[in-house]
Amino acid sequence: MSNLDATAVVTGAARGIGFEIAKKLISVGWTVAALDMLEEDLKRSAESLGENYRPYTVNITDSKQLAEVASAIGNDLPVVKGIVNNAGVTRDALMMRMSEDQWDLVIDVNLTGAWKVTQAFMRSLIRAREGSIVSISSVVGLLGAAGQTNYAASKAGLIGMSKSLNRELAARGITVNVVAPGFIETEMTEKLPEEVRGDYLSKIPAGRLGLPVEIAEAVAFLMSPSAKYITGIVLPVDGGLTT
Amino acid sequence: MSLENRIAEIIVSRLNVKPEEVTDSANLKDDLGADSLDMVDLMMDLEDTFNLKISDEEGNTLQTVGSVVAFLKTKGIEA
Repeated sequence: MSNLDATAVVTGAARGIGFEIAKKLISVGWTVAALDMLEEDLKRSAESLGENYRPYTVNITDSKQLAEVASAIGNDLPVVKGIVNNAGVTRDALMMRMSEDQWDLVIDVNLTGAWKVTQAFMRSLIRAREGSIVSISSVVGLLGAAGQTNYAASKAGLIGMSKSLNRELAARGITVNVVAPGFIETEMTEKLPEEVRGDYLSKIPAGRLGLPVEIAEAVAFLMSPSAKYITGIVLPVDGGLTT
Repeated sequence: MSLENRIAEIIVSRLNVKPEEVTDSANLKDDLGADSLDMVDLMMDLEDTFNLKISDEEGNTLQTVGSVVAFLKTKGIEA
């Protein structure tokens, strides 16, 4: 295993797609600072991924907690050269019935949280004059979905944020990209009713849902030296759904 | 180390310039090649090093190496 002597901060890394991203990044030599609110899941993941998975229990919407964690990571881990904004929540409801709380929470975590995390760690990339920032959006941010005005707005917001940040940082050798997963096999899609699942499948040219590891592979590629000249893009990983 | 030397050291490392280029009258942008992100980075460095806050308005007035030194002195920083 190679050792990059560099840290990637991954939010929502305790389980699901974030866990797979952490696992993949560790396998190519990154130290991963795994940020999540789910303390138990973080512990379990740390046991399975070993010492290069460094768990930090934090609510990324809380600037004070985040500053403390950023300071601890700065002191304890190799220099931060990667940021993966993966943490996300859903609070689905048709807009007619959506409460302001449902709207606020999803925007706060998915979009503002990504902004806060990026701001908390970007200075070390600027100093290093290299690094990668990848935000996990969603096909829903590109296509929209009934019942997800909040989620889709947050995921589309990540695209605008990343494209703008790219214009601030590209000259520093820092890449800023977005990965837009399609329908992925996760706990969330497992719970879908059979007919909804069937409806999704009928729309995906590849004829199957994606795997979390397939998102992780795309993220690791965008963070690799092979992708140094790829910046400001939205990479759909969706079995052809948006094409 | 004098205040001038400490500031010069920060500028040399942040802007990747030669120490002899960092003269009192050197303009950070025009002579030393700082872009807007370098300027923000430099201001944040000065804030950390000298433990003070520099507002955007104050930052915008800092055009030359000499003006940085003078500004820090007005903030009561001597060395």
